[in-house]
Amino acid sequence: MIDYTLRKRAAIVGIGQTAYSKNSGRTELALACEAIGSALNDAGIRPDEVDGVVRYDMDAIDEARLTSHFGFKNLSWMSETSYGGTGGNAVVVHAAAAIAAGVANTIVCYRALNERSGRRYGQATTWVSDGAGAARAFQAPWGVLTPAQRFAFFARRHMIEYGTTSRQFGAVAVAMRRHAMRNPHAMMQAPMTIDDHQESRMIVDPLRLFDCCIESDGACALVVTRADRARDCHHRPAWILGAAQGSGTKADGIIFREDLATAESVSTAANVYRSAGVRPEDIDAVMIYDHFTPFVIMSLEAYGFCGRGEGGPFVEGGRIEFDGELPVNTHGGNLSEAYIHGLPHVVEAVRQLRGTSTSQVKNAEVILSCSSVAQLSAAVILARD
Amino acid sequence: MLHGLPEPIPDLDTQPFWDGCKERRFLVPHCEVCDTPRWPPGPCCPNCQSQATKWLEAEPRGSVYSWIVVTHSVHQATHNQVPYIAALVELGSGIRVIGNIVECDPADMAAGMPVDLIFEQTESGAFLPNFRPST
Repeated sequence: MIDYTLRKRAAIVGIGQTAYSKNSGRTELALACEAIGSALNDAGIRPDEVDGVVRYDMDAIDEARLTSHFGFKNLSWMSETSYGGTGGNAVVVHAAAAIAAGVANTIVCYRALNERSGRRYGQATTWVSDGAGAARAFQAPWGVLTPAQRFAFFARRHMIEYGTTSRQFGAVAVAMRRHAMRNPHAMMQAPMTIDDHQESRMIVDPLRLFDCCIESDGACALVVTRADRARDCHHRPAWILGAAQGSGTKADGIIFREDLATAESVSTAANVYRSAGVRPEDIDAVMIYDHFTPFVIMSLEAYGFCGRGEGGPFVEGGRIEFDGELPVNTHGGNLSEAYIHGLPHVVEAVRQLRGTSTSQVKNAEVILSCSSVAQLSAAVILARD
Repeated sequence: MLHGLPEPIPDLDTQPFWDGCKERRFLVPHCEVCDTPRWPPGPCCPNCQSQATKWLEAEPRGSVYSWIVVTHSVHQATHNQVPYIAALVELGSGIRVIGNIVECDPADMAAGMPVDLIFEQTESGAFLPNFRPST
């Protein structure tokens, strides 16, 4: 049951990010403190005003360390969100709900990771010792060890059922790269064509190198505050119109879901639109958690921008580029800007609403940001005044 | 079969499955109350929440639902074993399980392809279920 108590009760008023790199040469704690400080400065809010923290459960930095090392005092709301990249939007869902409920006034959300120089998610050793739970125990002995390998089963099934092609996956990679090349903060600056994508080496068939997100070091942060405070910050507020999380069924281990060609986030999509009171045709740009290119295609289907199975043809011909019909990931995404676990997608949504993106969409008024169509999912709809 | 990968990790909820493998039987937990099969094995029926469990042997054949061909090795043990095929195989019991497809050229893989269950012994003596194309 979704009601409308979240609508415009809170806004994102501060965004911050560190440099993104392959080797930060700094601790994750240092990265987290820099990004949070930068987001608070951006908002014009003092650290003493912060009374809530929402973190990813995978983040190495917790609220206790931030009280000691960043100097937060007397936090009254602390929560965390699960399942990896879902967190990019789920942290905003938690923050908006806490503010609407009156248990916090001003909340910081962050993600800090040395994912390239430290614990690399693309390496098997990161995962095989992780949890003796049944799902992992029933994959690793057969060499199914990494996210790329798990998510490739979904890509294959979408190809089987709908005839989606690797060149269509390539159209997603090319669009993200074009946006990254316009964004000086992005790690990947070399031009890419669909032929380049087709020539990139196979990682796990059907996924090629350029279908996979990059690995990065860095951090970013958001400041979310209640409506009356939001009107008194440095920038125009990015209002949280709607927010939703979803699980679907049989999520443990990801690949044992019932239908690998249909996005699990269909119910999250229905809920986020209902809570925001908008429809897909009202959305001016979309930020999609792009860990692997096929999930941009599947998300566009799940969130109602095209019919089921039509996502492959939909992304062709520049339609998802910033000057196309439905701009997607105008910062370059996980695929070409940096992999900070989906939080930069929300940062970019805020930039679009402020009019400060490096690939600005004309008259951007309503933005959807959504994550993960195979594991758990979360989505938020942001709007300007 | 792949060599040198992490060995199976049995626990109280999955031990009967691994015991079945030693006898070359693929045992699937089903609910005693409503007959719903569970995969991966777990202690509780996701349909009726009963924990009463019966272990039923699956027919030794299935069909390919989806598959991957791992060409880029991400584990020391597989550096000399790529490419290898891992598939989600639908068993008659209404569940989908992971197995390697052996004795098969990756180019011959197809959705719905019938496969036969085999058991292969790992270095530590455990038995792993795998599949090969039906003859």
